[in-house]
Amino acid sequence: MDKDGSHLRPDQSAIVEIITQDASVLDLGCGHGELLEALVREKRVRGQGIEIDDEAILDCVAKGLNVFHDDIDRGLSEYGDRSFDFVIINQTFQQVRKPDVVLREALRVGRGVIVGFPNFATLKTRFQLGLRGRTPVTPSLPYDWYDTPNLHFLSILDFVDYCRKSAIRIERTFYFTAKRRVRVLPNLFAETAMFLITKGRV
Amino acid sequence: MAAGGEGVGIVETRYYTFAHKPHPLEVECGKTLSPVTLAYETYGRLNRDKSNGVLVLHALTGDAHAAGLHEGDKNPGWWDNMIGPGKAFDTDRYFIICSNVLGGCRGSTGPSSINPETGKPYALDFPLITVKDMVNAQRLLVDHLGIDRLLSVAGGSMGGMQALQWAVSYPERVRSVIPIATTATHSPQQIAFNEVGRQAIMADPNWNEGDYYGRELPAKGLSVARMVGHITYMSDLSMNEKFGRRFRTCHSHFSFDPNFEVEGYLQYRGENFIKRFDPNSYLYITKAIDYFDLANGRGLQEILRGVKARFLVIAFKSDWLYPAYQSQEIARACKRAGVEATYAELNSTWGHDAFLIEIAEQSHLVSHFLKKAMAAV
Repeated sequence: MDKDGSHLRPDQSAIVEIITQDASVLDLGCGHGELLEALVREKRVRGQGIEIDDEAILDCVAKGLNVFHDDIDRGLSEYGDRSFDFVIINQTFQQVRKPDVVLREALRVGRGVIVGFPNFATLKTRFQLGLRGRTPVTPSLPYDWYDTPNLHFLSILDFVDYCRKSAIRIERTFYFTAKRRVRVLPNLFAETAMFLITKGRV
Repeated sequence: MAAGGEGVGIVETRYYTFAHKPHPLEVECGKTLSPVTLAYETYGRLNRDKSNGVLVLHALTGDAHAAGLHEGDKNPGWWDNMIGPGKAFDTDRYFIICSNVLGGCRGSTGPSSINPETGKPYALDFPLITVKDMVNAQRLLVDHLGIDRLLSVAGGSMGGMQALQWAVSYPERVRSVIPIATTATHSPQQIAFNEVGRQAIMADPNWNEGDYYGRELPAKGLSVARMVGHITYMSDLSMNEKFGRRFRTCHSHFSFDPNFEVEGYLQYRGENFIKRFDPNSYLYITKAIDYFDLANGRGLQEILRGVKARFLVIAFKSDWLYPAYQSQEIARACKRAGVEATYAELNSTWGHDAFLIEIAEQSHLVSHFLKKAMAAV
Protein backbone atom coordinates (compact mmCIF):
# COMPACT_ATOMS: atom_id res chain seq x y z
CA MET A 1 0.00 0.00 0.00
CA ASP A 2 1.25 3.41 -0.94
CA LYS A 3 0.77 5.59 2.07
CA ASP A 4 2.50 8.78 1.06
CA GLY A 5 0.02 9.39 -1.72
CA SER A 6 2.65 10.35 -4.26
CA HIS A 7 2.08 7.33 -6.47
CA LEU A 8 -1.50 7.31 -7.55
CA ARG A 9 -2.96 4.71 -9.86
CA PRO A 10 -3.86 5.95 -13.36
CA ASP A 11 -7.56 6.04 -12.49
CA GLN A 12 -6.81 8.12 -9.38
CA SER A 13 -4.63 10.52 -11.38
CA ALA A 14 -7.49 10.92 -13.83
CA ILE A 15 -9.78 11.85 -10.95
CA VAL A 16 -7.31 14.49 -9.77
CA GLU A 17 -7.49 15.93 -13.29
CA ILE A 18 -11.28 15.91 -13.45
CA ILE A 19 -11.89 17.59 -10.10
CA THR A 20 -11.97 21.35 -10.32
CA GLN A 21 -10.02 23.71 -8.08
CA ASP A 22 -11.56 24.39 -4.62
CA ALA A 23 -14.38 21.90 -5.22
CA SER A 24 -16.16 20.07 -2.43
CA VAL A 25 -15.65 16.34 -2.70
CA LEU A 26 -17.19 13.32 -0.99
CA ASP A 27 -15.17 10.13 -1.42
CA LEU A 28 -17.22 7.00 -0.72
CA GLY A 29 -14.92 4.26 0.49
CA CYS A 30 -11.92 6.56 0.65
CA GLY A 31 -9.65 3.80 1.96
CA HIS A 32 -6.43 5.09 3.44
CA GLY A 33 -7.10 8.53 1.98
CA GLU A 34 -4.43 8.63 -0.77
CA LEU A 35 -6.76 10.15 -3.33
CA LEU A 36 -8.37 12.67 -1.00
CA GLU A 37 -4.98 13.74 0.23
CA ALA A 38 -3.82 14.33 -3.34
CA LEU A 39 -7.01 16.27 -4.06
CA VAL A 40 -6.53 18.47 -1.01
CA ARG A 41 -2.90 19.07 -1.96
CA GLU A 42 -3.35 19.66 -5.66
CA LYS A 43 -6.87 21.02 -5.97
CA ARG A 44 -7.40 22.46 -2.49
CA VAL A 45 -10.70 20.61 -2.26
CA ARG A 46 -12.92 20.58 0.79
CA GLY A 47 -12.87 16.83 1.22
CA GLN A 48 -14.89 14.36 3.18
CA GLY A 49 -14.40 10.62 3.19
CA ILE A 50 -16.57 7.72 4.27
CA GLU A 51 -14.80 4.49 5.13
CA ILE A 52 -15.74 1.33 6.99
CA ASP A 53 -12.27 -0.09 7.69
CA ASP A 54 -10.93 0.57 11.22
CA GLU A 55 -7.26 0.85 10.23
CA ALA A 56 -7.96 3.00 7.20
CA ILE A 57 -9.75 5.57 9.36
CA LEU A 58 -6.60 6.04 11.44
CA ASP A 59 -4.52 6.62 8.31
CA CYS A 60 -7.02 9.15 6.99
CA VAL A 61 -6.89 11.15 10.22
CA ALA A 62 -3.09 11.00 10.13
CA LYS A 63 -3.34 12.66 6.70
CA GLY A 64 -5.46 15.42 8.20
CA LEU A 65 -8.61 14.32 6.36
CA ASN A 66 -12.20 14.46 7.53
CA VAL A 67 -13.60 10.95 7.50
CA PHE A 68 -16.68 9.17 8.75
CA HIS A 69 -16.46 5.64 10.01
CA ASP A 70 -19.58 4.41 8.31
CA ASP A 71 -21.10 2.14 5.72
CA ILE A 72 -21.55 3.63 2.24
CA ASP A 73 -24.87 1.86 1.89
CA ARG A 74 -26.37 4.00 4.62
CA GLY A 75 -23.96 6.90 4.84
CA LEU A 76 -25.52 9.31 2.35
CA SER A 77 -29.04 9.96 3.51
CA GLU A 78 -28.05 12.83 5.84
CA TYR A 79 -26.65 14.97 3.09
CA GLY A 80 -28.84 17.55 1.45
CA ASP A 81 -29.33 17.71 -2.33
CA ARG A 82 -26.24 18.95 -4.16
CA SER A 83 -24.13 19.27 -1.00
CA PHE A 84 -20.97 18.40 -2.94
CA ASP A 85 -19.51 19.33 -6.30
CA PHE A 86 -18.29 15.78 -6.75
CA VAL A 87 -19.07 12.43 -5.24
CA ILE A 88 -16.49 9.72 -5.91
CA ILE A 89 -17.33 6.01 -5.84
CA ASN A 90 -14.13 4.57 -7.20
CA GLN A 91 -13.54 0.82 -6.94
CA THR A 92 -16.07 0.56 -4.16
CA PHE A 93 -19.13 0.71 -6.42
CA GLN A 94 -19.08 -3.07 -6.98
CA GLN A 95 -18.78 -3.68 -3.23
CA VAL A 96 -21.87 -1.91 -1.94
CA ARG A 97 -24.98 -3.89 -1.26
CA LYS A 98 -27.28 -1.79 -3.40
CA PRO A 99 -25.33 -0.02 -6.14
CA ASP A 100 -28.46 1.41 -7.75
CA VAL A 101 -29.55 3.05 -4.50
CA VAL A 102 -26.06 4.35 -3.77
CA LEU A 103 -25.78 5.74 -7.29
CA ARG A 104 -29.14 7.48 -7.03
CA GLU A 105 -28.15 8.96 -3.67
CA ALA A 106 -24.75 10.03 -5.00
CA LEU A 107 -26.44 11.79 -7.93
CA ARG A 108 -28.71 13.54 -5.46
CA VAL A 109 -26.00 14.86 -3.15
CA GLY A 110 -23.35 15.51 -5.83
CA ARG A 111 -23.48 17.74 -8.89
CA GLY A 112 -21.18 15.28 -10.60
CA VAL A 113 -20.47 11.67 -9.73
CA ILE A 114 -17.31 9.77 -10.56
CA VAL A 115 -17.89 6.01 -10.67
CA GLY A 116 -15.10 3.50 -11.17
CA PHE A 117 -15.26 -0.29 -11.20
CA PRO A 118 -13.44 -3.36 -12.55
CA ASN A 119 -14.70 -4.38 -15.96
CA PHE A 120 -15.95 -7.95 -15.88
CA ALA A 121 -15.90 -8.39 -19.65
CA THR A 122 -12.19 -8.14 -20.46
CA LEU A 123 -10.56 -10.73 -22.62
CA LYS A 124 -8.84 -12.14 -19.55
CA THR A 125 -12.03 -12.72 -17.63
CA ARG A 126 -13.81 -14.02 -20.70
CA PHE A 127 -11.02 -16.49 -21.26
CA GLN A 128 -10.93 -17.69 -17.68
CA LEU A 129 -14.66 -18.04 -17.39
CA GLY A 130 -15.57 -19.02 -20.95
CA LEU A 131 -12.75 -21.41 -21.82
CA ARG A 132 -11.29 -22.51 -18.50
CA GLY A 133 -14.60 -22.55 -16.70
CA ARG A 134 -13.17 -20.79 -13.67
CA THR A 135 -14.21 -17.68 -11.78
CA PRO A 136 -11.83 -15.05 -13.11
CA VAL A 137 -8.92 -13.79 -11.03
CA THR A 138 -7.28 -10.84 -12.76
CA PRO A 139 -5.23 -7.78 -11.76
CA SER A 140 -8.42 -5.71 -11.38
CA LEU A 141 -10.36 -8.62 -9.85
CA PRO A 142 -7.60 -10.12 -7.72
CA TYR A 143 -9.74 -12.10 -5.30
CA ASP A 144 -10.72 -15.72 -5.09
CA TRP A 145 -14.42 -16.48 -5.08
CA TYR A 146 -14.38 -17.22 -1.35
CA ASP A 147 -12.81 -14.02 -0.07
CA THR A 148 -13.83 -11.31 -2.49
CA PRO A 149 -15.28 -8.05 -1.17
CA ASN A 150 -16.95 -7.59 -4.55
CA LEU A 151 -20.67 -8.22 -4.52
CA HIS A 152 -21.51 -7.20 -8.08
CA PHE A 153 -19.84 -8.04 -11.36
CA LEU A 154 -20.56 -5.73 -14.24
CA SER A 155 -19.13 -4.82 -17.60
CA ILE A 156 -18.68 -1.44 -19.20
CA LEU A 157 -21.63 -2.13 -21.49
CA ASP A 158 -23.78 -3.10 -18.51
CA PHE A 159 -23.10 0.25 -16.92
CA VAL A 160 -23.69 2.22 -20.11
CA ASP A 161 -27.02 0.41 -20.58
CA TYR A 162 -27.96 1.12 -17.00
CA CYS A 163 -27.24 4.84 -17.39
CA ARG A 164 -29.33 5.03 -20.53
CA LYS A 165 -32.22 3.25 -18.85
CA SER A 166 -31.99 5.43 -15.74
CA ALA A 167 -31.68 8.78 -17.53
CA ILE A 168 -28.14 9.26 -16.24
CA ARG A 169 -25.93 11.37 -18.47
CA ILE A 170 -22.41 10.12 -19.11
CA GLU A 171 -20.20 13.20 -19.35
CA ARG A 172 -16.80 11.56 -19.68
CA THR A 173 -15.40 8.05 -19.86
CA PHE A 174 -11.99 6.68 -18.92
CA TYR A 175 -10.74 3.16 -19.47
CA PHE A 176 -7.57 1.66 -18.07
CA THR A 177 -5.34 -1.33 -17.79
CA ALA A 178 -3.20 -1.46 -14.66
CA LYS A 179 -0.70 0.96 -16.21
CA ARG A 180 -2.29 2.97 -19.01
CA ARG A 181 -5.41 4.37 -20.65
CA VAL A 182 -7.32 2.17 -23.10
CA ARG A 183 -8.89 3.84 -26.13
CA VAL A 184 -10.09 1.00 -28.39
CA LEU A 185 -12.69 -1.65 -27.64
CA PRO A 186 -12.73 -0.88 -23.93
CA ASN A 187 -15.24 -3.57 -23.04
CA LEU A 188 -12.70 -6.09 -24.27
CA PHE A 189 -9.42 -4.49 -23.24
CA ALA A 190 -10.04 -2.23 -20.24
CA GLU A 191 -9.55 -3.75 -16.82
CA THR A 192 -11.14 -0.86 -15.05
CA ALA A 193 -13.60 1.78 -16.16
CA MET A 194 -14.43 5.19 -14.85
CA PHE A 195 -17.31 7.49 -15.66
CA LEU A 196 -18.15 11.06 -14.84
CA ILE A 197 -21.92 11.12 -14.74
CA THR A 198 -24.63 13.65 -13.97
CA LYS A 199 -28.32 13.49 -13.49
CA GLY A 200 -29.90 13.55 -16.94
CA ARG A 201 -33.22 15.18 -17.67
CA VAL A 202 -36.12 12.96 -16.80
CA MET B 1 -1.76 3.04 33.63
CA ALA B 2 0.69 5.80 32.71
CA ALA B 3 1.99 5.52 29.17
CA GLY B 4 5.73 5.11 28.75
CA GLY B 5 7.95 8.15 28.93
CA GLU B 6 8.02 11.18 31.09
CA GLY B 7 4.88 12.83 32.31
CA VAL B 8 4.33 16.45 33.18
CA GLY B 9 5.97 15.97 36.58
CA ILE B 10 4.83 17.60 39.80
CA VAL B 11 1.78 19.80 39.40
CA GLU B 12 -0.34 21.96 41.65
CA THR B 13 -4.01 22.76 41.68
CA ARG B 14 -4.79 26.46 41.49
CA TYR B 15 -7.96 28.35 42.25
CA TYR B 16 -9.75 31.17 40.49
CA THR B 17 -12.50 32.98 42.36
CA PHE B 18 -14.88 35.27 40.54
CA ALA B 19 -18.49 36.45 40.48
CA HIS B 20 -17.96 38.54 43.58
CA LYS B 21 -20.82 40.73 44.68
CA PRO B 22 -22.46 42.64 43.06
CA HIS B 23 -21.81 40.52 39.95
CA PRO B 24 -22.89 37.03 40.86
CA LEU B 25 -22.94 34.12 38.42
CA GLU B 26 -26.46 33.56 37.23
CA VAL B 27 -27.22 29.90 36.61
CA GLU B 28 -29.78 28.50 34.19
CA CYS B 29 -32.45 27.86 36.80
CA GLY B 30 -32.52 31.61 37.50
CA LYS B 31 -30.71 31.59 40.83
CA THR B 32 -27.33 33.18 41.45
CA LEU B 33 -24.06 32.15 43.05
CA SER B 34 -21.50 34.48 44.56
CA PRO B 35 -18.62 34.10 44.75
CA VAL B 36 -17.62 31.12 42.59
CA THR B 37 -14.31 29.29 42.74
CA LEU B 38 -12.98 26.94 40.10
CA ALA B 39 -10.09 24.63 40.88
CA TYR B 40 -7.87 24.19 37.84
CA GLU B 41 -4.54 22.89 36.65
CA THR B 42 -2.53 23.75 33.58
CA TYR B 43 0.22 21.84 31.79
CA GLY B 44 2.55 23.09 29.07
CA ARG B 45 2.96 26.72 28.12
CA LEU B 46 0.65 29.21 26.51
CA ASN B 47 2.30 30.44 23.31
CA ARG B 48 2.79 34.08 22.39
CA ASP B 49 -0.41 34.59 20.43
CA LYS B 50 -2.33 32.44 22.91
CA SER B 51 -3.52 30.10 20.18
CA ASN B 52 -2.51 26.75 21.68
CA GLY B 53 -4.93 26.52 24.61
CA VAL B 54 -6.75 23.20 24.94
CA LEU B 55 -9.46 22.79 27.52
CA VAL B 56 -9.77 19.23 28.78
CA LEU B 57 -13.07 18.41 30.47
CA HIS B 58 -13.58 15.76 33.09
CA ALA B 59 -16.29 13.15 33.52
CA LEU B 60 -18.82 12.70 36.35
CA THR B 61 -16.42 12.03 39.22
CA GLY B 62 -13.23 13.50 37.77
CA ASP B 63 -11.43 16.63 38.87
CA ALA B 64 -8.95 19.30 37.84
CA HIS B 65 -6.03 16.93 38.34
CA ALA B 66 -5.83 15.50 34.83
CA ALA B 67 -2.09 14.85 34.58
CA GLY B 68 1.14 14.70 36.50
CA LEU B 69 1.61 14.09 40.20
CA HIS B 70 0.73 16.09 43.23
CA GLU B 71 3.62 16.49 45.66
CA GLY B 72 3.96 13.30 47.69
CA ASP B 73 1.29 11.46 45.70
CA LYS B 74 1.82 8.17 43.88
CA ASN B 75 -1.18 8.24 41.55
CA PRO B 76 -1.09 10.50 38.50
CA GLY B 77 -4.02 12.56 37.18
CA TRP B 78 -7.00 10.87 35.55
CA TRP B 79 -5.87 11.38 31.93
CA ASP B 80 -2.13 11.21 32.53
CA ASN B 81 -1.75 8.65 29.74
CA MET B 82 -3.14 11.19 27.27
CA ILE B 83 -1.54 14.43 28.53
CA GLY B 84 2.20 15.08 28.62
CA PRO B 85 5.27 15.64 26.48
CA GLY B 86 4.85 13.67 23.25
CA LYS B 87 1.47 12.33 24.29
CA ALA B 88 -1.87 12.92 22.54
CA PHE B 89 -2.36 16.26 24.27
CA ASP B 90 1.26 17.16 23.80
CA THR B 91 2.40 19.58 26.47
CA ASP B 92 5.41 20.51 24.31
CA ARG B 93 2.95 21.95 21.80
CA TYR B 94 -0.19 22.87 23.68
CA PHE B 95 -1.27 24.62 26.83
CA ILE B 96 -3.65 22.23 28.55
CA ILE B 97 -6.23 23.44 31.05
CA CYS B 98 -8.48 21.29 33.19
CA SER B 99 -10.87 22.58 35.83
CA ASN B 100 -13.17 20.92 38.31
CA VAL B 101 -16.79 21.52 37.27
CA LEU B 102 -19.17 23.90 38.96
CA GLY B 103 -21.14 21.81 41.44
CA GLY B 104 -18.14 19.56 42.06
CA CYS B 105 -16.43 18.79 45.32
CA ARG B 106 -12.78 18.82 44.34
CA GLY B 107 -12.01 22.46 44.95
CA SER B 108 -14.69 24.14 42.85
CA THR B 109 -17.83 25.68 44.29
CA GLY B 110 -20.47 23.04 44.91
CA PRO B 111 -23.03 21.93 47.48
CA SER B 112 -20.30 21.15 50.05
CA SER B 113 -18.87 24.70 49.79
CA ILE B 114 -19.63 27.27 52.45
CA ASN B 115 -22.60 29.46 51.65
CA PRO B 116 -21.44 33.00 52.58
CA GLU B 117 -25.03 33.90 53.48
CA THR B 118 -25.25 31.32 56.24
CA GLY B 119 -21.64 30.41 56.99
CA LYS B 120 -22.62 26.75 56.53
CA PRO B 121 -22.31 24.39 53.55
CA TYR B 122 -24.91 25.04 50.87
CA ALA B 123 -26.20 21.46 50.88
CA LEU B 124 -29.57 21.52 49.09
CA ASP B 125 -29.62 25.33 49.02
CA PHE B 126 -27.15 25.02 46.19
CA PRO B 127 -28.97 25.82 42.95
CA LEU B 128 -29.59 23.07 40.41
CA ILE B 129 -26.87 23.45 37.83
CA THR B 130 -26.63 22.33 34.21
CA VAL B 131 -23.87 21.40 31.82
CA LYS B 132 -24.37 24.84 30.28
CA ASP B 133 -23.69 26.43 33.69
CA MET B 134 -20.49 24.40 34.03
CA VAL B 135 -19.38 25.67 30.63
CA ASN B 136 -20.31 29.28 31.42
CA ALA B 137 -18.13 29.12 34.52
CA GLN B 138 -15.25 27.60 32.53
CA ARG B 139 -15.58 30.41 30.01
CA LEU B 140 -14.82 32.91 32.77
CA LEU B 141 -11.74 30.90 33.73
CA VAL B 142 -10.60 30.89 30.10
CA ASP B 143 -11.13 34.68 30.01
CA HIS B 144 -9.06 34.95 33.16
CA LEU B 145 -6.25 33.01 31.50
CA GLY B 146 -6.35 35.54 28.67
CA ILE B 147 -7.33 33.07 25.97
CA ASP B 148 -9.66 34.42 23.36
CA ARG B 149 -9.98 31.30 21.26
CA LEU B 150 -9.25 27.76 22.38
CA LEU B 151 -7.51 25.44 19.96
CA SER B 152 -9.71 22.63 21.22
CA VAL B 153 -12.17 21.50 23.85
CA ALA B 154 -12.03 17.80 24.59
CA GLY B 155 -13.48 15.29 26.98
CA GLY B 156 -15.08 11.90 27.46
CA SER B 157 -18.52 11.10 28.81
CA MET B 158 -19.76 14.16 30.74
CA GLY B 159 -16.58 15.87 29.53
CA GLY B 160 -17.78 15.29 25.98
CA MET B 161 -21.12 16.91 26.80
CA GLN B 162 -19.28 19.99 28.02
CA ALA B 163 -17.17 20.01 24.85
CA LEU B 164 -20.34 19.92 22.74
CA GLN B 165 -21.91 22.66 24.84
CA TRP B 166 -18.81 24.82 24.36
CA ALA B 167 -19.14 24.52 20.57
CA VAL B 168 -22.77 25.60 20.73
CA SER B 169 -22.57 28.24 23.49
CA TYR B 170 -19.31 29.84 22.34
CA PRO B 171 -18.82 28.91 18.68
CA GLU B 172 -16.48 31.81 18.09
CA ARG B 173 -14.19 30.71 20.89
CA VAL B 174 -13.31 27.15 19.90
CA ARG B 175 -11.43 25.98 16.83
CA SER B 176 -12.09 22.30 17.33
CA VAL B 177 -14.12 19.94 19.45
CA ILE B 178 -13.33 16.39 20.56
CA PRO B 179 -16.38 14.68 22.10
CA ILE B 180 -15.51 11.13 23.17
CA ALA B 181 -17.86 8.34 24.29
CA THR B 182 -20.63 10.82 24.83
CA THR B 183 -24.07 11.94 23.71
CA ALA B 184 -25.93 15.08 22.70
CA THR B 185 -28.72 14.17 25.07
CA HIS B 186 -29.17 11.69 27.90
CA SER B 187 -31.29 8.67 27.04
CA PRO B 188 -33.90 7.20 29.41
CA GLN B 189 -31.51 4.33 30.16
CA GLN B 190 -28.78 6.75 31.19
CA ILE B 191 -31.20 8.76 33.31
CA ALA B 192 -32.45 5.53 34.88
CA PHE B 193 -29.00 4.42 36.05
CA ASN B 194 -28.37 7.85 37.51
CA GLU B 195 -31.70 7.78 39.30
CA VAL B 196 -30.81 4.47 40.95
CA GLY B 197 -27.63 6.11 42.23
CA ARG B 198 -29.49 9.13 43.53
CA GLN B 199 -32.13 7.00 45.22
CA ALA B 200 -29.42 4.98 46.94
CA ILE B 201 -27.91 8.18 48.37
CA MET B 202 -31.22 9.68 49.40
CA ALA B 203 -32.38 6.41 50.96
CA ASP B 204 -29.38 6.44 53.30
CA PRO B 205 -30.71 7.69 56.70
CA ASN B 206 -27.50 9.69 57.12
CA TRP B 207 -28.33 11.73 54.06
CA ASN B 208 -30.75 13.76 56.15
CA GLU B 209 -32.15 15.86 53.27
CA GLY B 210 -28.61 16.72 52.28
CA ASP B 211 -27.74 18.18 55.65
CA TYR B 212 -25.01 15.82 56.82
CA TYR B 213 -21.90 17.99 56.87
CA GLY B 214 -19.96 17.65 60.11
CA ARG B 215 -21.94 14.52 60.95
CA GLU B 216 -22.08 10.91 59.89
CA LEU B 217 -21.95 10.82 56.05
CA PRO B 218 -24.35 8.86 53.83
CA ALA B 219 -21.40 6.69 52.85
CA LYS B 220 -23.41 3.52 52.25
CA GLY B 221 -25.77 5.28 49.84
CA LEU B 222 -22.91 6.85 47.92
CA SER B 223 -21.15 3.51 47.86
CA VAL B 224 -24.12 1.76 46.23
CA ALA B 225 -24.42 4.60 43.72
CA ARG B 226 -20.76 4.15 42.84
CA MET B 227 -21.15 0.38 42.51
CA VAL B 228 -23.97 0.81 40.01
CA GLY B 229 -21.85 3.37 38.18
CA HIS B 230 -18.88 1.03 37.93
CA ILE B 231 -21.01 -1.74 36.47
CA THR B 232 -22.14 0.60 33.71
CA TYR B 233 -18.57 1.68 32.95
CA MET B 234 -17.41 -1.86 32.25
CA SER B 235 -18.57 -4.40 29.69
CA ASP B 236 -19.68 -8.00 30.00
CA LEU B 237 -16.40 -9.01 28.39
CA SER B 238 -14.15 -6.77 30.48
CA MET B 239 -15.83 -8.01 33.68
CA ASN B 240 -15.34 -11.59 32.54
CA GLU B 241 -11.69 -10.94 31.84
CA LYS B 242 -11.12 -9.03 35.06
CA PHE B 243 -13.06 -11.17 37.53
CA GLY B 244 -14.51 -14.25 35.91
CA ARG B 245 -16.34 -16.19 38.60
CA ARG B 246 -13.26 -16.24 40.78
CA PHE B 247 -13.55 -16.20 44.55
CA ARG B 248 -11.57 -13.83 46.73
CA THR B 249 -10.65 -16.16 49.56
CA CYS B 250 -11.29 -19.78 50.30
CA HIS B 251 -14.90 -20.46 49.62
CA SER B 252 -15.91 -22.99 52.20
CA HIS B 253 -19.48 -22.23 53.03
CA PHE B 254 -22.45 -20.46 51.52
CA SER B 255 -22.76 -16.90 52.78
CA PHE B 256 -23.77 -13.39 51.83
CA ASP B 257 -20.23 -12.14 52.28
CA PRO B 258 -18.78 -10.59 49.16
CA ASN B 259 -16.85 -13.70 48.23
CA PHE B 260 -16.82 -13.27 44.47
CA GLU B 261 -13.98 -11.07 43.23
CA VAL B 262 -16.40 -8.85 41.40
CA GLU B 263 -18.33 -8.23 44.62
CA GLY B 264 -15.18 -7.39 46.50
CA TYR B 265 -14.04 -5.02 43.78
CA LEU B 266 -17.33 -3.14 43.65
CA GLN B 267 -17.54 -2.87 47.43
CA TYR B 268 -13.97 -1.65 47.67
CA ARG B 269 -14.56 0.97 44.97
CA GLY B 270 -17.84 1.98 46.55
CA GLU B 271 -16.55 2.28 50.09
CA ASN B 272 -13.49 4.27 49.09
CA PHE B 273 -15.49 6.74 47.06
CA ILE B 274 -16.70 8.65 50.14
CA LYS B 275 -13.09 9.67 50.79
CA ARG B 276 -13.02 11.82 47.71
CA PHE B 277 -16.59 12.54 46.71
CA ASP B 278 -19.45 14.47 48.23
CA PRO B 279 -22.81 12.67 47.99
CA ASN B 280 -24.69 15.91 47.29
CA SER B 281 -22.30 16.71 44.44
CA TYR B 282 -23.14 13.28 43.04
CA LEU B 283 -26.84 14.21 43.12
CA TYR B 284 -26.31 17.61 41.48
CA ILE B 285 -23.92 16.49 38.78
CA THR B 286 -25.89 13.40 37.77
CA LYS B 287 -28.99 15.58 37.54
CA ALA B 288 -27.10 18.08 35.40
CA ILE B 289 -26.17 15.42 32.86
CA ASP B 290 -29.68 13.95 32.93
CA TYR B 291 -31.03 17.37 31.97
CA PHE B 292 -28.45 17.68 29.24
CA ASP B 293 -30.06 18.13 25.86
CA LEU B 294 -27.79 20.02 23.50
CA ALA B 295 -30.49 20.70 20.92
CA ASN B 296 -33.03 21.56 23.56
CA GLY B 297 -35.95 20.16 21.61
CA ARG B 298 -34.75 21.52 18.27
CA GLY B 299 -32.94 19.51 15.63
CA LEU B 300 -29.31 18.84 16.44
CA GLN B 301 -28.26 19.95 12.96
CA GLU B 302 -30.01 23.28 13.43
CA ILE B 303 -28.03 23.88 16.60
CA LEU B 304 -24.78 22.97 14.87
CA ARG B 305 -25.40 24.96 11.70
CA GLY B 306 -22.89 27.75 11.40
CA VAL B 307 -20.50 26.18 13.91
CA LYS B 308 -17.04 26.77 12.49
CA ALA B 309 -15.16 24.34 14.72
CA ARG B 310 -13.99 21.01 13.34
CA PHE B 311 -15.19 17.93 15.18
CA LEU B 312 -13.46 14.69 16.05
CA VAL B 313 -16.15 12.38 17.39
CA ILE B 314 -14.92 9.13 18.94
CA ALA B 315 -16.99 6.18 20.19
CA PHE B 316 -16.03 2.74 21.49
CA LYS B 317 -17.70 -0.40 20.23
CA SER B 318 -18.16 -2.07 23.62
CA ASP B 319 -19.49 1.06 25.35
CA TRP B 320 -23.09 0.24 26.21
CA LEU B 321 -23.59 3.17 28.58
CA TYR B 322 -22.90 5.73 25.84
CA PRO B 323 -23.46 3.50 22.82
CA ALA B 324 -21.86 4.35 19.48
CA TYR B 325 -25.24 5.28 17.98
CA GLN B 326 -25.27 8.39 20.16
CA SER B 327 -21.92 9.50 18.76
CA GLN B 328 -23.14 8.65 15.26
CA GLU B 329 -26.06 11.01 15.82
CA ILE B 330 -23.61 13.79 16.61
CA ALA B 331 -21.56 12.94 13.53
CA ARG B 332 -24.67 12.79 11.32
CA ALA B 333 -25.88 16.13 12.63
CA CYS B 334 -22.46 17.54 11.68
CA LYS B 335 -22.98 16.17 8.17
CA ARG B 336 -26.40 17.74 7.87
CA ALA B 337 -25.18 21.04 9.32
CA GLY B 338 -22.17 21.15 7.01
CA VAL B 339 -19.75 21.05 9.95
CA GLU B 340 -16.33 19.57 9.19
CA ALA B 341 -16.12 16.35 11.13
CA THR B 342 -14.41 13.04 11.57
CA TYR B 343 -16.13 10.11 13.22
CA ALA B 344 -14.24 7.07 14.43
CA GLU B 345 -15.59 4.01 16.19
CA LEU B 346 -12.76 2.29 18.01
CA ASN B 347 -12.46 -1.36 18.93
CA SER B 348 -12.19 -1.94 22.62
CA THR B 349 -13.48 -4.45 25.12
CA TRP B 350 -13.37 -2.00 28.02
CA GLY B 351 -16.88 -0.59 27.72
CA HIS B 352 -17.37 3.04 28.68
CA ASP B 353 -14.07 3.07 30.61
CA ALA B 354 -12.29 2.72 27.27
CA PHE B 355 -11.87 6.48 26.94
CA LEU B 356 -9.62 6.37 30.02
CA ILE B 357 -7.85 3.12 29.19
CA GLU B 358 -7.81 2.43 25.44
CA ILE B 359 -5.08 4.88 24.65
CA ALA B 360 -3.18 3.85 21.51
CA GLU B 361 -5.73 4.55 18.79
CA GLN B 362 -7.35 7.39 20.68
CA SER B 363 -3.96 9.08 21.02
CA HIS B 364 -3.28 8.62 17.33
CA LEU B 365 -6.57 10.28 16.40
CA VAL B 366 -6.31 13.12 18.89
CA SER B 367 -2.67 13.99 18.19
CA HIS B 368 -3.12 14.14 14.42
CA PHE B 369 -6.39 16.01 14.72
CA LEU B 370 -4.82 18.62 17.01
CA LYS B 371 -1.81 19.02 14.74
CA LYS B 372 -4.14 19.70 11.84
CA ALA B 373 -6.13 22.19 13.94
CA MET B 374 -2.93 23.92 15.02
CA ALA B 375 -1.70 24.10 11.42
CA ALA B 376 -4.92 25.91 10.49
CA VAL B 377 -4.43 28.62 13.13
